[in-house]
Amino acid sequence: MTVMTRLVPETPLIERDFSVPDIRCAGCISKLEQGLVRDARIKVARVNFTEKRVHLSCTADADMPDLLGAFTSLGFEAHPIGEGPAEVDADAASSRALLRAVAVSGFAMMNIMLLSVSVWSGATGVTRDLFHWLSAMIALPTIAYAGQPFFRSAWRAVRHGHTNMDVPISIGVTLATALSLYETATHGAHAYFDSAVMLLFFLLCGRWLDSVMRDRARGGVTALLRNMGTGAMVVQPDGNTHWVDATALQPGMVMLVAAGERLAADGVIVQGATRMDLSLLTGESAPLPSGIDDPVHAGTLNLESPVRVRVTAAGTDTAIADIARLMGEASQGKSRYVRIADRAARLYAPAVHALALLAFAGWMLAGAGWHDALLIAVAVLIITCPCALGLAVPAAQIVAAGALMKRGVLIKDGSALERMAEVDRALIDKTGTLTLGRPVASNLGEIASEYHPVLLAMAQMSRHPLSTALTRDLGAMGVHAAMIDEAQETPGFGVAAVWHGRAVTLGRPQGIDTSSELATELSLDGTPVATIRFADALRPDALEAISALQALGVDAMILSGDRTAAVAPVARTLGLTALTGLSPQDKLSAIGRQTASGHKVLMIGDGLNDGPALAAGHASMAPGSASDVGKNASDCIFLGDRLMPVADTIRMARQTQAVVRQNFMLAIGYNVIAVPLAFAGIVTPLIAAIAMSGSSLIVVGNALRLKRTLT
Amino acid sequence: MNGLLVLIPIALSLGLLGLGAFFWSLGRGQFDDMDGAALRILIDDEADVPKVLP
Repeated sequence: MTVMTRLVPETPLIERDFSVPDIRCAGCISKLEQGLVRDARIKVARVNFTEKRVHLSCTADADMPDLLGAFTSLGFEAHPIGEGPAEVDADAASSRALLRAVAVSGFAMMNIMLLSVSVWSGATGVTRDLFHWLSAMIALPTIAYAGQPFFRSAWRAVRHGHTNMDVPISIGVTLATALSLYETATHGAHAYFDSAVMLLFFLLCGRWLDSVMRDRARGGVTALLRNMGTGAMVVQPDGNTHWVDATALQPGMVMLVAAGERLAADGVIVQGATRMDLSLLTGESAPLPSGIDDPVHAGTLNLESPVRVRVTAAGTDTAIADIARLMGEASQGKSRYVRIADRAARLYAPAVHALALLAFAGWMLAGAGWHDALLIAVAVLIITCPCALGLAVPAAQIVAAGALMKRGVLIKDGSALERMAEVDRALIDKTGTLTLGRPVASNLGEIASEYHPVLLAMAQMSRHPLSTALTRDLGAMGVHAAMIDEAQETPGFGVAAVWHGRAVTLGRPQGIDTSSELATELSLDGTPVATIRFADALRPDALEAISALQALGVDAMILSGDRTAAVAPVARTLGLTALTGLSPQDKLSAIGRQTASGHKVLMIGDGLNDGPALAAGHASMAPGSASDVGKNASDCIFLGDRLMPVADTIRMARQTQAVVRQNFMLAIGYNVIAVPLAFAGIVTPLIAAIAMSGSSLIVVGNALRLKRTLT
Repeated sequence: MNGLLVLIPIALSLGLLGLGAFFWSLGRGQFDDMDGAALRILIDDEADVPKVLP
């Protein structure tokens, strides 16, 4: 037996991340991981199923289109992901630090509880002292480590002269620990180490749930962001082309833009002519013919034939920058929104301080020693500390977000859910939001069904947007592709092949005027036999979704950048009023008018032109097919072709608010019972522990009821 | 009482062992892809397993 060792010269590997939204099952994982490494340039492929990502380590000579091609040959569509913003990484790190703190405090809580149970069940003398000392040894490092998030935030608040929920928590934990240490040293009967650590544990659980929710949504959103890390094939002076990332594009470079590709930068066409889909940029649904010297914009889709584009502005200089400035101004209103937990804390925190002080002063006046009075004050602090309150909001919101995610709605954070519950007016964009925003074959029924299989076979040969649309629509009808030979695609014209010995072509229609609509033509032996027309279609359940919104008391209205003639049929079908031909600024002021008349506006839109409006709305939603700007600016993203998730989300958000309010009532009710006991000085560490865990369990249990809201 | 002196350190160190294992697995990224981990069990490893004949 021989062992062959091959010494590969160490070449530096490049790490790249791809988002692959179609990973659905275990089969996909193995197909990708085992299939990708067959390309010799790809050394390691690792799928992250949760985030629908693939991580590749590849050699430096693997260009982006080759890598994307490797995915395509396995039947997956992949989008490159660029370096995430630093802020995103910091978020992920903080949620991991929180998880560590939860683990440490959980471990400490269990061990201290073990010792405390022995004390409560009658350990006395030396044994009790030993157990108290052991508890102290576990509790002190734990509190120093796991308490940091609270101490830091409390210190920040105090330094700026106001108070938040973390101030009573920090005071309570510190005082309880200090007092317990004194009790332990003086052979006292009661130590509150278990209460202090348990308090930290429950509160950390709440914080962690909150951050998990943000992480999960962020994972989903990054998987959807298409433009991040994209780029273009750039033509070199020597005539070769190579891939340049969008961030490295410079004015003056010449990009080769294939049909079906989105532009990575603003530019001017220098060779070729095509039609551009501007719907994400302006809302205009008809494609715009563009020839030499016509300016084209980043984010628009090349529909027809390959063109060469000289870059005039890249990165932050593009036309999008203007919209970004409007968005910055528009989003300021949203940052003033105060979350419900913080609003509760504003009332609650001073009350807690006052109660504890009152207890201390009262017992001092009543003649108890400072030691007894302090003990009672600490008991009051621990009992009133917002254990259930800290869990009430995040527990309800994460259950709701999980239920919505199963229905294809991603919620960016808890405050989005709170704002969504308050809306009473919906302003909806037309192109891409009420409609699907992609071409749908409109007259397939009129075409003889004998041609369907060959149409599908031809369409599958091309990645042209119309071919993709045809493939999807015919596939949905259950058509099976015919056998064709010698298939060949000519950019700018279409696909040619041989079918049953006859020459067949699928491509740009000859003769008839096609400047106003999208169409493709099937020819047999040079004779046209069928013309397939394409149009943007309404989402299948648009009508039901609009009436569901009205049933929820949310009146809808259309805000479109498209021409009146294109909007009118949609408005008529849905029975909605519409404003048409709006610029991004106009949409913004339309929202301003609604807000000024006291409405809470839900903005639903997808395009770049909707960006400022999405940022300005009290809450906002975007479909998964939206532009990156739209997805970034909105609070929620709904996936798929249905519009009903919008109504579902509002219903869920309202139900969540109801549960949060119930949880607050439960927490307050518990305080009404427990605080007088603490005041009377009969709350021992045992009673505190039972009360705290009991109320937390009730609150979490109540939140779990939300799972059944949408079924 | 003497029993306690042995049992308590054992209990604590076992707990610490669990905590250490959790931190270790967290650092190794075992919690990065929870849904994927559940599915990977279903994958048949297609790598060629050398057949050992008796």
